[in-house]
Parts: sequence; structure tokens; C-alpha cells
Amino acid sequence: MEDKYKVIVGMEIHVELKTSSKMFCGCKNDPFHAEKPNIYTCPICLGLPGALPVANKKAIEWTIKLGLALGCKINTLSKFDRKHYFYPDLPKGYQISQYDLPFCFEGRVQTSFGPVGITRVHLEEDTGKLIHQKVDGRDVSLIDFNRSSVPLVEIVSEPEIYSSLQAKEYAKKLRQVIRYLDISDCDMEKGGMRLEANISLQKKGETKLPNYKVELKNINSFRFLERGIEYEIKRQKEILDSGKTPDQETRGFNSEKGITYTQRSKEEAADYRYFPDPDLPPIRLDDKWMSEIKSTEPELIDSVFTRWEKDYKVDRKLTELLFETTEESKKLNEIFSNLSKQKLAVDKFVNAVVNKKLSVNLFTVSVEEIATLFKKSVAVDDITDEQLTLIIKKILSINQKAVADYKSGKTNVINFLVGMVMREAKKKIEFGRMVKLIKSSIK
Amino acid sequence: MLINKSIKELSSLLKKKEISSVDLVKESFDKVEKLDSKLHSFITLREKKQVLKEAETKDKLRKEDSSIIYGLPFSIKDAYNSEDLRTTAGNKILDDYSPPYSATVLKKIIDSGSILIGKNNLDAWGHGGSTENTDYQPAHNPWDLNRIPGGSSGGSAIAISTRMVPFSIGEDTGGSIRSPSSMCNISGLKVTYGRVSRYGTIAYASSLDSVGPMAKSVEDLSYLLEIIAGKDEFDSTSSSIQVDKYSQFLDQSIKGKIIGLPKEFFTKGLDPKIKKTILEATKTFEKLGAKIKEVSLPYFAYGVSIYYLIAPSETSSNLGRYDGTRYGGERELFSDETKRRILLGTYALSAGYADKLYKKAQKLRTVLIQEYENALKECDVLLAPVSPSLPSIIGELINDPLKNILEDLYTVTINLVGAPSLSIPAGFAEGLPVGMQIIGKKFAEKELLQIGHLYQQETDWHKRLPPILGK
Repeated sequence: MEDKYKVIVGMEIHVELKTSSKMFCGCKNDPFHAEKPNIYTCPICLGLPGALPVANKKAIEWTIKLGLALGCKINTLSKFDRKHYFYPDLPKGYQISQYDLPFCFEGRVQTSFGPVGITRVHLEEDTGKLIHQKVDGRDVSLIDFNRSSVPLVEIVSEPEIYSSLQAKEYAKKLRQVIRYLDISDCDMEKGGMRLEANISLQKKGETKLPNYKVELKNINSFRFLERGIEYEIKRQKEILDSGKTPDQETRGFNSEKGITYTQRSKEEAADYRYFPDPDLPPIRLDDKWMSEIKSTEPELIDSVFTRWEKDYKVDRKLTELLFETTEESKKLNEIFSNLSKQKLAVDKFVNAVVNKKLSVNLFTVSVEEIATLFKKSVAVDDITDEQLTLIIKKILSINQKAVADYKSGKTNVINFLVGMVMREAKKKIEFGRMVKLIKSSIK
Repeated sequence: MLINKSIKELSSLLKKKEISSVDLVKESFDKVEKLDSKLHSFITLREKKQVLKEAETKDKLRKEDSSIIYGLPFSIKDAYNSEDLRTTAGNKILDDYSPPYSATVLKKIIDSGSILIGKNNLDAWGHGGSTENTDYQPAHNPWDLNRIPGGSSGGSAIAISTRMVPFSIGEDTGGSIRSPSSMCNISGLKVTYGRVSRYGTIAYASSLDSVGPMAKSVEDLSYLLEIIAGKDEFDSTSSSIQVDKYSQFLDQSIKGKIIGLPKEFFTKGLDPKIKKTILEATKTFEKLGAKIKEVSLPYFAYGVSIYYLIAPSETSSNLGRYDGTRYGGERELFSDETKRRILLGTYALSAGYADKLYKKAQKLRTVLIQEYENALKECDVLLAPVSPSLPSIIGELINDPLKNILEDLYTVTINLVGAPSLSIPAGFAEGLPVGMQIIGKKFAEKELLQIGHLYQQETDWHKRLPPILGK
């Protein structure tokens, strides 16, 4: 495979922003926790005749924040456009999106396979949600507009992803950056983050992009993204090997069968008839506004990891597991710095937390208390298996009856033995570790 | 006939308790009941009992400092959403549509204490200049029942012309306030784009739609504009430029003002009788101390072409929501005129054509804006005819779509530019009203109203009543 074709993938990722109100009206933006359908609606997000959109400033600022975090250039003059298509969940008959002047363009995401270019980051509104179900024995389609006009950011990558693994890493990395900025929950299961991959195979030696691409949609996990791309590579390769070109089409991923299937073919390709939305004046980002947004921009997440690796010798792969948001990273900073001041090993601390040896809520417990707890936990394990085994042997030999009881099936006698060993050792020792060692000594 | 009095007079009589809102509302309904079966100025009337009750309450609650329009009956074009009151936009698709909210302009007037009588007839979605393209009964001109009243705000103009109501709110996308004002002998103001909130106006073409008052005189318009103008947080395109106290400046002299006559408006295509009437009016302006100067707008000739690409493009988008799955009515209910505009707009926006049509039109729109700006550097306002011809016989335009389009020749460019324009009666020809428009710089409504008001102090065209009222 590798020698015959090169995998070319470009990604489009949609993320719902968690602003308190919707993109173009004052309705609450909380579609996933709404008690009932259609409770967070008004004439604007229902697209009623005469209603007009007013852009959510916060959503614009967050989009630019994301663009800056991805190293994008920012359009100082931007605008919203109407994208027309018919679908029952789109009440105006068009979606307010951005066409030729997105807020952000030309950025980059680093992956371990190499950098992936970001073509653009733009802001649009989400649609309503269709629910197909049986009501009174009839198949009906219901529409819930709680999600209608929720701010939705679209991040489009260059076709610079060359494997399913890189695609997965790219998507995960994006989620990490977005969660770090604390602008979206990126809940993939509920649709708060939606992945689309454009996949094609390029014959080795060719430099031009293939003359087709397959758009893979409906992927709601990173694992399915990887599997879906793998399946497509296999499927497209077979078609190319037989001398044909795969159809340009949109395919969905069936996670139960692990296969992709045709959703929409090229013949149905839509002409969206984009034009600038006359209801929304163009947006000028003057220096003042821009510097306001920049002042809220946190330290880049990559530089946080690099700094920690340098200062505390902690592995990025582990620290990644500890936090999501900027606020959380700031707290970690304080914890690490305090531990370091007290000459406590930050890398061991990170290990202990990741391996659940130290069970503590890093973001509610104080920095000092965390250091104390860590000290205690270190003290616990400050005894080697050999030393511990010696003590265990001693206790077992003076408690022969207990050993016999254990052997006869009264296994809870082990608790008594643990207590005895603990008293002898004059230390707190992890329960599980002790049980294991006692058991192997009795055997 | 109380409703023949000015807003100021009515307000004063009401406050002195010499008349009551109940009297006015009764007179309103009497007129409608007597005349509207011939004129079709209303699509929906509110229930008389309920309105009278409202009038009684107003009479009780009226205070010395109540708004000048407190307790006055009024009507509004059926393009505006009215909470829990049927709103059709003249189209059967919305035949039984009762919106859950009211347009900002309607809210402002109701909050000032006026009493809504009903919703006026219009060309469906504003598509037309004759009020024949309504899905309800075609409206008739009170000056000659065989003729059109102009449009699309024809219903509002008829209601004022026949004194069914003292004022109404119209909507002007390409002349829809000015054309019926001119043809029915009333005063109407197309405001600067952004001067009055569009929120709740059923959109025809969003970048051109403007909300404005229609009344018996310029003085009345100035009171109304003070109430309805201003920034609305629900309309991003509404302007925060301060609203003037228009009524306080009406008597200021216009001595030395330069009134430009754009020569392209007075060439072939214009009925010579209308030309004569307007040139006659210039003498009155000269008498008032203004100077008349010829100016030129060479790109004016492209106005209709530009307008008939941009307006249909936007309308094809705005009407996309009436897809048959909501609001009850099926798409088949769109009229031929509306279908024509949807098709034209869809085509102009389609991939492969948008560059040659829609985008090119937008570029030319910019040229047109510059041209108007330049012309208005040479003079203070422009004076022009509203319509190239006298009101046509009903049925003439509907059977000749191209002629229908050319009727808008003098009005559409002003919407493209976004400038304000005041339409006032300038005289009569063959017994039919002839209007003229005074076009100004953006947000120069104060100046237009001054000029119009002083003209109306010198003339009495605007006081003449249509023969249908008798006497």
C-alpha cells in the first residue's frame, strides 16, 4: 500500500461554542441540558417572518481567540454570508455562515507526524435537530429548535494529513486546544464536536491532488475517525487497483459494521448561492478590540507543556491527562511550583496522580494541602518490597492461627494481618500492595 | 370629518376633551364600512367592539403630557408583524398566520398610545407598484376607481387619502411609500436606510427595505418620525445617529438652499403633464428663496437594472422559508410576479452567474452611491417626479411586467443609495394627483421635512380630497 499510494486527508471540524446565549439572538445556549424540546426559542432562532439576527460579540471574540491559538492570521474586515439550502431543520432556508472573509485563516496545528495547515476558522450558526420517531403508531419527524442558531465554529484544515493516525492526533489536538481555551465542551457523543474527513489516495510520484475526494461524515469518536479512514483507504485502493476512480461523494460511518456507506452523491451537489447577509453589517476589528481579545489570550498550550518539561522534567503525555482548561493549567502551575520549592519531585507527583496512587482533586484542594498529601503518600511507599516481606514473615510466624484460618477459607482474616504488619512497620502502607505481599508469603 | 384635521389639532382637541378617541375610532370604522368595499384598502380589520373599548380606556387615561399621537386611530401596512393579529404580507401563504410578536415600529406607535384599526393591503411581499399583485382584492384609487392607487403600500395611502385614518405606516423597498403617496395625493417619507428599525418587517429585500410614515401633511410626518426613528438593539442595521426634533424645525427658512433637478429624470419616458406639474412646483420653491439648479446623474439609467438584480436576489433568499412545511400555505400560492422575482434572483445568485449579475450589480450600486453623493455636493436636495406616468387603469401593469418594472424608474435608485426621499402632492393632471419627491443626503430628514412643510404652507394640493368623499 505505502509504496503505491499516498493517503491525503483534509479535515473539517465543527465545534459548538458554549457562550451563554445563542449566535444571533438572546436565547439560552444549552441544547444538551434543555428539559424539553423547543424551550430555548424566539422569533429569531425560529426564523419567523420579519425577525432579524444580531451577532453575538462573545462568539466572535472566542472564534478569534481560537484562531490566534492556532497561529492564524485575522481578517480585520469580516462579514457573515447566507448559505442557502433546503432542510427542515433550517428554518430560514439559509444558514448564516462566512464565505470569503472568515475571521481567521492560515494557521497550523503541530502533530508528531508533522505540521498540519489550517485553511480557515469561521463562525456560523447551528441548525435545529431532527428527531425521527413513532408517534401514535405513525413514523414522524420532529424538530427541536433548542440547538437552532447555537454558535458553531468550523475549522478547515489543508489536505496535509497523511494517515488515519495523524488524523486522529490532529483532531485530538484541536479538542485539547479548544478545551484549554474553555470555549467549548467538545462533547462528541452529543454532537458538540463533529468530525468530517475528506479522504483520497494519490498515486505515488504524482504531485497534483487526486481528482476526487470522499467526504466522511457522522463520526462521533476519534476511534471511529481512525477506523473510518482505514476502511476508506482499503475501499478506495481496491477501486483504484481495478483501474477506476472512486466516486466523489459523501459517506457516513456505520460504527457497528465498521464500514462506510454512501450518503449523498456528486449529482446532488448543492449550489449554496452565497451572498453577504444584508441584515448583518460587516465586522471591523479595530486595534482596540483586537488588543482586548489578545489580552485574554492565554499562554499557548504547547508552550505550557514545553515549559513544564524543561522546568519540572514532566512528560507531556502524562501532564496532558491532568487538565483541560487554562484555569486548570494555571492551578497546576502553582502546584508544580510549590512542590518544586519544597524540593518534592514534580515528576513523581504527576506519576502518582496519573496512576491514581494519589487521589486528590487538583482543582478544589489548596496548593499547600496537595503538597502535604503528596508528602504523606510518598512516606507511605518509603519501604521496599524486601523490607516489607521481612516484616510480613515475622508477623506470620507469630500468628500461625490466623494463617491457618486464612488457608481454611476465612479470607477476611487478612485484614487483621494487614493491621499487624502496619503496626510493626510503624508506617501507612498501601492496602492493596500489602495484601498482595501477604498473600504471596502465605501461599 | 374629524380625521381631516392635523395630528396636532386632533391631539389638542383630545386633550381639551372637545373630542374623544371613541369619536375618532367610530369615524374611522364608519369610513371603512362605507368605502372599503369599493377601495379594498384593508386586508384585516380589528374587531370594532374591542377597538372601541381600547379607545374608551385611552380617553380615561389621557394626560396632559401624553404623546401627540395618544388615542389616535391608525393603520399599518400588512407587511408588519402584529402580535396575535393576522399578518399576511398580502400573500395567501400566510393567510392564517398570527405572529407571536410585533414589529418594533408598531410597538413604538402602540406604546405612544395610538389605536390600531387594521392592516392595509399591499402587493404580496411588496412585489409591485400597484397593489394589484395582492392575493386579496386589488385596491382601487379613490380619485378614480378604475385606476391603481400605486404600491406596494397602496392600502395605507388609500386609507389616509379617504381620511379613514389620520396616519399609517408604510414600507418602501423601491418606491412603495412614495408611489402610492403620489397617486393618492398624500405625503409619505422613505427614510434613510437605518433611520427606523426594520425588526418585524416581513422582508422583501433586506438591504433596501425602509420603514416610513404616511400621513396627510409633512407636519404630521415629522411628529411620526420623531416617534418611530432611532436605534433598535434588534436591528443591527439601525443607526445610532441622534434623532432630530423634526417638528421644531419645520418653519425654518430655506432661503439660499439649492434644489437640484437631475436632468435624467426629465427626459423621454416622463409624461409631459407630470413634467409640467413639477416644473411649476419649482416656482414655489423659488418664491421661498431656494435656487434651482440642473444636475446630472449619468448612471441613473442603470438604476432599474441594478435594482432588479439586487432586490430579487435578496427576495429569493428571504422567501426561502415559505417552503410549504411551515405557515400552512403551499408554495403554489406564490403569485406570478413573486415567482418571477424568485426565479430572477435565484439565477442572479447561482454559481457561474453571480459574478456577471449579482456581484456586478453590487459594484454598480457603489458607483450609483458615489454619483448621488457628488450630485448632493452641488446642491442641498434633489427634486424629481415619483412616477413617470399617471395612475394606470387596473390590469394594465399586471399584464405588462416590463412596463410594471419601468414604473419604478424614479424611485428605485434612491433605495439603492439608501438616501431619504419625501413624496408630497405637487398638483393634478387630468383630475389625478401628481406627486414629487425631494431627495436628500443620508440622515437629512430634517431638511426634507422643512422644505416639504414650507411648500405645503404655500400650496393646498395636499388638502384636496378625493371625489369619493363627496361634497
